[in-house]
Amino acid sequence: MAKKNTANSQTEWDYAASPESTSHIRLEKKYQLFINNEWVEPSSKKYFPTINPATEDVLAEIAWATDADVDKAVKAARKAYTDVWSKMSGAERGKYIYRIARMMQERAREFAVIESLDSGKPIRESRDVDVPLACNHFFYYAGWADKLEYAMPHKKPEALGVAGQIIPWNFPLLMAAWKIAPALAAGNTVVLKPAETTSLTALKLAEIIKDSGLPPGVVNIVTGYGDTGAAIVNHPDVDKIAFTGSTNVGKIIQRAVAGTHKKTTLELGGKSANIIFDDAPIDQAVEGIINGIFFNQGHVCCAGSRLFVQENVADLVIKKLKARMESLYVGDPLDKNTDIGAINSKEQLDTINKYIKIGKAEGAEIYQSDCSIPSKGFFCKPTLFTGVSQSHVITQEEIFGPVLTIQTFRTIDEVIQKANNTPYGLAAGVWTDKGSRIFNLTTKLRAGVIWANTYNKFDPVSPFGGYKESGFGREGGVHGLSAYLK
Amino acid sequence: MEILKTYKIYIGGAFPRTESGRYYPIVDASGSTIANVCLSSRKDVRNAVVAARKAFGGWSEKTAFNRGQILYRMAEMLEGRKLQFLEELTKQGSSKEAAAREVQESIDCLVYYAGWADKFQQIASSVNPVSSSHFNFSALEPMGVIGIVAAQETSLIGLVKFIAPAICGGNTAVVAASEAFPLCAVTFAEVVHSSDVPGGVVNILTGKVSELAPAMAAHMDVNALVTESLGELDKPLALACVDNLKRNIAYQHAVPQGLQYITALQEVKTTWHPIEQIGGASSSY
Repeated sequence: MAKKNTANSQTEWDYAASPESTSHIRLEKKYQLFINNEWVEPSSKKYFPTINPATEDVLAEIAWATDADVDKAVKAARKAYTDVWSKMSGAERGKYIYRIARMMQERAREFAVIESLDSGKPIRESRDVDVPLACNHFFYYAGWADKLEYAMPHKKPEALGVAGQIIPWNFPLLMAAWKIAPALAAGNTVVLKPAETTSLTALKLAEIIKDSGLPPGVVNIVTGYGDTGAAIVNHPDVDKIAFTGSTNVGKIIQRAVAGTHKKTTLELGGKSANIIFDDAPIDQAVEGIINGIFFNQGHVCCAGSRLFVQENVADLVIKKLKARMESLYVGDPLDKNTDIGAINSKEQLDTINKYIKIGKAEGAEIYQSDCSIPSKGFFCKPTLFTGVSQSHVITQEEIFGPVLTIQTFRTIDEVIQKANNTPYGLAAGVWTDKGSRIFNLTTKLRAGVIWANTYNKFDPVSPFGGYKESGFGREGGVHGLSAYLK
Repeated sequence: MEILKTYKIYIGGAFPRTESGRYYPIVDASGSTIANVCLSSRKDVRNAVVAARKAFGGWSEKTAFNRGQILYRMAEMLEGRKLQFLEELTKQGSSKEAAAREVQESIDCLVYYAGWADKFQQIASSVNPVSSSHFNFSALEPMGVIGIVAAQETSLIGLVKFIAPAICGGNTAVVAASEAFPLCAVTFAEVVHSSDVPGGVVNILTGKVSELAPAMAAHMDVNALVTESLGELDKPLALACVDNLKRNIAYQHAVPQGLQYITALQEVKTTWHPIEQIGGASSSY
């Protein structure tokens, strides 16, 4: 079934449907909790559905873990830590992690398809970005397990113990990898809660963990809602809490652990500036802007959601941006042509639409692509707002959707001030051909990840994390180990 | 007749009195007043944070080598005033031997961190071998304005051991001195002042920890809070830090020398840039 994308100028983008096959995947109708390498019924006997946000069909029933289940999982993790994992050599631990990486690689396509079905992200992204990065994250950290003293040259590193980990719905499998791999490499055991709208790939990972022979209790997966997460945060026998999600929930967690012995790392929201100078390679910069805000439907903590364009090229950039937006294909996540998939949930779509409404009410000028969107499921057209300033709500608050605000600037000092004028500090982008100007910006932008003449690049060896209210601690690379060592 | 010293606080490179006008007496073992020190207020904390924020740009943009030179100068100045510090410590109840050890520890601490200023970056930074055609490196950057509560049971080393690693790493500091033993903190401000440390880089307040620490912990323009075992205050301070997610560095017991005290007040920044790849490398050597 062909879909038409009509541009407002000349071109009609007409693609033949290119659906990814789903016939080979294995999904249970109902998933239990994964504790001690066994599938365990939730003590509440309650389950909740997980749906495909592109079609609103139910994919499976997911167990709802309560305090009692979390306690079981933490006890399993503690026993595994004390009896087995803390006694195992780093080299042996590494071998298990390598095995998991290789097994994930074998099932990569299945993971990608399930990830797209459950989260709404395009198959091209889950296949080419999420899953490879997730596999590689395990492979990378496996190699650190027996070399920890190099990572902390000034002390003899020790694991923290039991790590409670809570992950978001925007990169479900990748976030599971970012949490589990370094924790295991550093010698900790894990209780992990995936997001309630995207539990499936974590549960498929649990199957691999069981198949890999990883000792029971080293990794436990408990599914549920925010209450399950709270149970993990509040459990007295957890030594470390690692959380990726919104800044608001990050603060709730940080308050909850105040006065306890628990260490935390938080990877929170952002409102990252993407800055285009007049000497930037304009076509590449436009691709960078598109990638910065529309990749993964804008459900990216480090999305380049505030565009700053130098005044003298603003008209050109905006014109090219709009033209490029018209060629973006919003549709079925399982279609290989799709650029922008489904919004993860009805809740998130409502949030995005709320901000679009606020933007219009604030007097900003809206532009949305002319594309068609499916009648069923949760979809949002790529959107941009011009005529905005620093004080607009839509330039200050994180929208977490395919919505870009555009401001102009004249001088470097002005854009540095404006870019840094936010409580967030996760990422920033700089586009200019001049080397000395690149480093002027990269050294002055207060953000943990700076992309110069590129955007949204990730790698297991590259430390990722924020300044200020975007959180603290880094994931990836040697720096990512210190979150799990003392 | 001895000209007695007036103990003021140190903000923005000047020695004002507390804006509140309040004081409290420091009394020796026999009960006689040694000095009246400023009972600083929350407004003093706010003024100090403004000074510290203003000074941060310049201090963090100095070369690392220069910061090392300045820290070494602080050691020279402290050494030069050794007798003054010994006297102040013994006045506040230290034995002669303990005082001598404490002053030596403080000098050694300054020399130690002077040496790290242009070296810790190499230990903790990395070039990251990403699997795409990018140059990718991670480097440390100072966090910004650090609120420091000196370890309370000593008059000098409890202060120096936290100030030195903070400013060594390019941060600026607002410091609450030991409440019971504040005298050396004020004299140490004179050491800072005579060492080419720009005004505002180090700000030192005397007063009640129960008043000053919460003000620092709740201040939205402070980037991190450093404390050591403040007992019942620990939890409320941790809670106050959450509003702007300032980094809560709460030590059980900190020693005067260690790389980790510098890196605890640094952020890791990772930068990417594409590498042109036209045809790839084709020559062999």
